[in-house]
Amino acid sequence: MSAHSRIALFALALAAMARPAAAVVTIDVTRGTESRIPIAVVPFAFEGAGAAENLPAAIIEANLARSGRFAPLAREDFAARPQTPEEVRYKPWRLLKVENLVIGRLKEQKDGRIQIQFRLLDVFRERQIAGQKFTVPAARLRKTAHQISDIIYEKLLGRRGAFDTRIAFVTVDGRPRRYRLQIADADGHSPKTILESSRPVLSPAWSPDGRRLAYVSFEQNRSMVYIQDLWSGKRERIAGYDGINGAPAWSPDGRRLALTLSKEGNPEIYLYELAGGKLRRLTRHTAIDTEPAWSPDGGGVIFTSNRSGRPQIYRISARGGAAERVTFGGKYNAGASYAADGKSLVLITNQGNGYRVALYSLAEHSVRELTRGRHDESPSFSPNGDMIMYASQAGGRGVLAALSLDGRVRQVIRTRAGAVREVDWSPYGGQ
Amino acid sequence: MHKLPDILLRRAAALVALFAAMLLAACTTVTPYSDPVVVEVPLEGLDDLGAADEDIIEPSDTYIYEDDASGLSEKELLEKRVIYFDYDSSFLSELGEAVSNAHARNLGGDANARVILEGHADERGTREYNLALAEDRAKTVADVLQALGVDGARIEVVSYGEERPAAAGSNEAAWSQNRRVEILYQ
Repeated sequence: MSAHSRIALFALALAAMARPAAAVVTIDVTRGTESRIPIAVVPFAFEGAGAAENLPAAIIEANLARSGRFAPLAREDFAARPQTPEEVRYKPWRLLKVENLVIGRLKEQKDGRIQIQFRLLDVFRERQIAGQKFTVPAARLRKTAHQISDIIYEKLLGRRGAFDTRIAFVTVDGRPRRYRLQIADADGHSPKTILESSRPVLSPAWSPDGRRLAYVSFEQNRSMVYIQDLWSGKRERIAGYDGINGAPAWSPDGRRLALTLSKEGNPEIYLYELAGGKLRRLTRHTAIDTEPAWSPDGGGVIFTSNRSGRPQIYRISARGGAAERVTFGGKYNAGASYAADGKSLVLITNQGNGYRVALYSLAEHSVRELTRGRHDESPSFSPNGDMIMYASQAGGRGVLAALSLDGRVRQVIRTRAGAVREVDWSPYGGQ
Repeated sequence: MHKLPDILLRRAAALVALFAAMLLAACTTVTPYSDPVVVEVPLEGLDDLGAADEDIIEPSDTYIYEDDASGLSEKELLEKRVIYFDYDSSFLSELGEAVSNAHARNLGGDANARVILEGHADERGTREYNLALAEDRAKTVADVLQALGVDGARIEVVSYGEERPAAAGSNEAAWSQNRRVEILYQ
């Protein structure tokens, strides 16, 4: 390959990378910066022909800011723009109260791939905390930037990052309407449509191995539950009974699916064995029972029921038996799922101010609203449990929104891919 | 409140939509993850997130759409093909019950007639709960028909939840039109 064509290819790859980047706009809504770690992500130098893009540093900086745990220093306040440890003079950064510095370089290789090197430096101890070198195709630079973000997050917080993960969401637009089930990076970039339909699609749910999605599609003109393999595109209809077929939820071990069926008269929770297709009814009540979600240990299922008159959350053992009420207070608590530690639920509540995302403490039986929307829906934890993604409204249009668990940082992700309705955050792996 | 012409118009619209739906067979495309689809739509202006403080929504608000069946003739009752419900409720109003009864009598007089009862919900709350709620509404009407002797095999219940609103908008005027069961003769 000639040097020229390599340059052209690289430029093309950068352009391809930059296009989905332009498809998304984000807004930060930040309250208070205390307790966030001050960090500076210096734009990475590019060595080679072609246009130098500062994409990796920008992605890393945006990721860290969105997590709510970091306060990246504004570019215009930078003391310098070092690219190597030798170039770093720590004192000016200390004066800016920056605790950590991220520097790096991009280098085009002879085969057209990009070598990306980064270092995480401790400004006060004047030493390197982490450093790594990757050589990747230009098209994978975005993913590599997410991986670097995860390394920085883990080194500084001692918790696994969740930037190199994905989200699945449903969009609708056009006349006649087009419903699309899409998958994108956790920051909303690089959306890809995996299902497109003229009829509603809802309730996307990732399998625990991150390889499949369960969802509800109205393509047969009524609700039916499907499982789609993401790589092959192959799919299987697993519930197409009379009545409602909805609300699929994977068990933590990936072997069972809880779902809502009304084939026996009214909506009840059923468990479906993926191997063998055995179906077992779990709830028995004349009221509505729907929206099942598994406890982290797989031993129980919580669900929404209006057996008390209004929607509230109940819990039942996965082996069956009597259901017990979980949530009290509030006129409307629905669509709950467990935090990874099992100590709280994220749900949709209406305390008189609209339908909002809230955390429900199981120990204290208290509800804490995290959002301020009117029609917020489908909250979903990041796989490390540190953030929540949900669907909200901005200007009368459905958007994705991300929230740090402390509620401090809330970010709207507006995609060009249509009005967003529901979202589900992927588990680790499966890529 | 809502006179006959409105109802007829809405019914005509529902029939047109039904024919359109029949003509346009559901078109669904499955794409593997490895084969991306590029979507380009112009970017709009940005808005702030969330509601203004004065936009407070009470979940308990109810709206009695039309609840006086007195003085309506059998013909007028039969011409009503949409039954409306209160917020988070599947209870039939007096009018809803009278309309259901009239359709039950009508179905009783024609052994070949079949109906689809489409249940719908307004946009508030979670989608899956609304799917269940809308089915409950349609089944409430189905129960009335069956109680008056209509064979269950002639009744089909379908729930669309909040997915197919009759009226656009995020206000009580729209919501009250969307909490409904549509009676569609086949």
